[in-house]
Amino acid sequence: MTAVSPPSRRASAFFFRKPRLRLAILLSAPLLWLGLAYLGALAALFITAFWSTDVFTGQVVTSWSFDNFVTLFSDSVYRTITLRTVGIAALVTVVDAVIAFPMAFAMAKLASPRAQRILVIAVMTPLWASYLVKAYAWRTLLSGNGAINWLLDPFGLSGPGYGVAATVITLSYLWLPYMILPIYAGLERLPDSLVDASSDLGAKSFRTFRSVILPLTFPAIVAGSIFTFSLSLGDYIAVKIVGGTSQMLGNVVYDNIGAANNLPFAATVATVPVVIMLVYLAVVRRTGALDNL
Amino acid sequence: MSKTARVLLWTALGAGFAVIYFPLLVVLLNSVNSDTTFGWPPKSFTLEWWGRAVTNEGALRALWTSVEAGLAATAIALVLGTMAAFALQRYRFFGRNSVSLLIVLPIALPGIVTGIALNNAFRTILGIDLGLLTAIIAHSTFCIVVVFNNVVARLRRMGGNLEEASMDLGADGVTTFRLVTFPMLRSALLAGGLLAFALSFDEIIVTTFTLGTGLETLPIWIYDNLFRPNQAPVVNVVAAVLIVVSTVPVYFAQRLSGGDSSSGGRI
Repeated sequence: MTAVSPPSRRASAFFFRKPRLRLAILLSAPLLWLGLAYLGALAALFITAFWSTDVFTGQVVTSWSFDNFVTLFSDSVYRTITLRTVGIAALVTVVDAVIAFPMAFAMAKLASPRAQRILVIAVMTPLWASYLVKAYAWRTLLSGNGAINWLLDPFGLSGPGYGVAATVITLSYLWLPYMILPIYAGLERLPDSLVDASSDLGAKSFRTFRSVILPLTFPAIVAGSIFTFSLSLGDYIAVKIVGGTSQMLGNVVYDNIGAANNLPFAATVATVPVVIMLVYLAVVRRTGALDNL
Repeated sequence: MSKTARVLLWTALGAGFAVIYFPLLVVLLNSVNSDTTFGWPPKSFTLEWWGRAVTNEGALRALWTSVEAGLAATAIALVLGTMAAFALQRYRFFGRNSVSLLIVLPIALPGIVTGIALNNAFRTILGIDLGLLTAIIAHSTFCIVVVFNNVVARLRRMGGNLEEASMDLGADGVTTFRLVTFPMLRSALLAGGLLAFALSFDEIIVTTFTLGTGLETLPIWIYDNLFRPNQAPVVNVVAAVLIVVSTVPVYFAQRLSGGDSSSGGRI
């Protein structure tokens, strides 16, 4: 034991005796960044939604009014776009769930442990390939002389072209991994013995699926739906690339920031997906899906 | 399970993967398709577009901007994400759940909300002109969660025994971190950093709203040139490059993290 310990040792001992101080130091920077910068920006956005723009100067006028919300709810254009956006998001979610479930089931219950790891990487890797490149890929696939028409031609069919259908296809493609991964995780946790017990008791495959597997993996499906639904609600680029002339809420926000230079109205429109998401989260809370995220 | 069911499920899995990879393959093939309208199937191949793309000034400048923004955002996210991961994994405190929600929020809310919130904060509230710096701030905000997820998973797996042993043997906090904690975290940090860089590199919606005029990242460059028919060949090459540039590091990040990062992308 030395009489005088070096400064680093003393500092170390000082911090060791003060866990609250260590915690405060660790939390300070991330909290300043996210709490002040990000939450502050979000709060400011919702305040801006109640402001307006001067018609002549284009400057933001900081006086409170509900005018933006009145426009949003009374104008039939915005009602149509909101309904279209929610419809597309819901459809994308259903399509993804239907495609993802059998894939996740094969991954979790049929593949060997080694194959499982490879398959998970194979699902996740393209997830990171640029969003824009994937949307662009569907633009080339769906074009008049693209691969989809080439594939369908022998059957006397043709692809959907650019429009709402193409938007649903593209968004479903983009978000599919977000549905596969939670369902896979949910199925992995489902004990095989329950499935075996069901068939021992005489249930056919479909009955086992409907009465045992589906109820137990439902929270995982809902967890996946949170992402597919939220990401579709906020999209505006895919619909610009493959959507023809149809618009989603994101386009209204984008156009009001760019061309119209009406930031307050853009902020008002942006509250719609947030409110819809909050309602959705509140509804699915009961299923326990949030614990599956 | 019946044989039919097994066959059907394997078929579904195979078909699913075919659908996932086919569009990416088409982009890669189109980058060497000599036909400028990219009719399908390609009739002949050429490397001409690649030659043109690597000398395309706009694309190269955009690539450089993307790299700058990605590196800066990754560096910030590594510091903040690691600090937050230590705080949330090693301590129990009031408001812990709220903090973890806050870290996920920039990625759980639709990109357009994050983008316009930051745009509004910079321009209207703070009066800052948009530039590369504002884009870096925005990117860091949503990259934190990626680093955080990787570090938390690793901390959970490695526990605190070795660090306590190191302290018991007389090492101070700095020495313990340098010789014990950091080496065990290294691959998780590398994986998190790679994923954060990939996320920043690919991001377009938030970037659109936070990058100054006159500047372009690679995704924004693609978007601007997407509707110009005579640029199509070069766009195809850049798109192909993006697929390779973003998926290869992610593939290695997955292997590095040893199954730690069970969720990817915006999750």
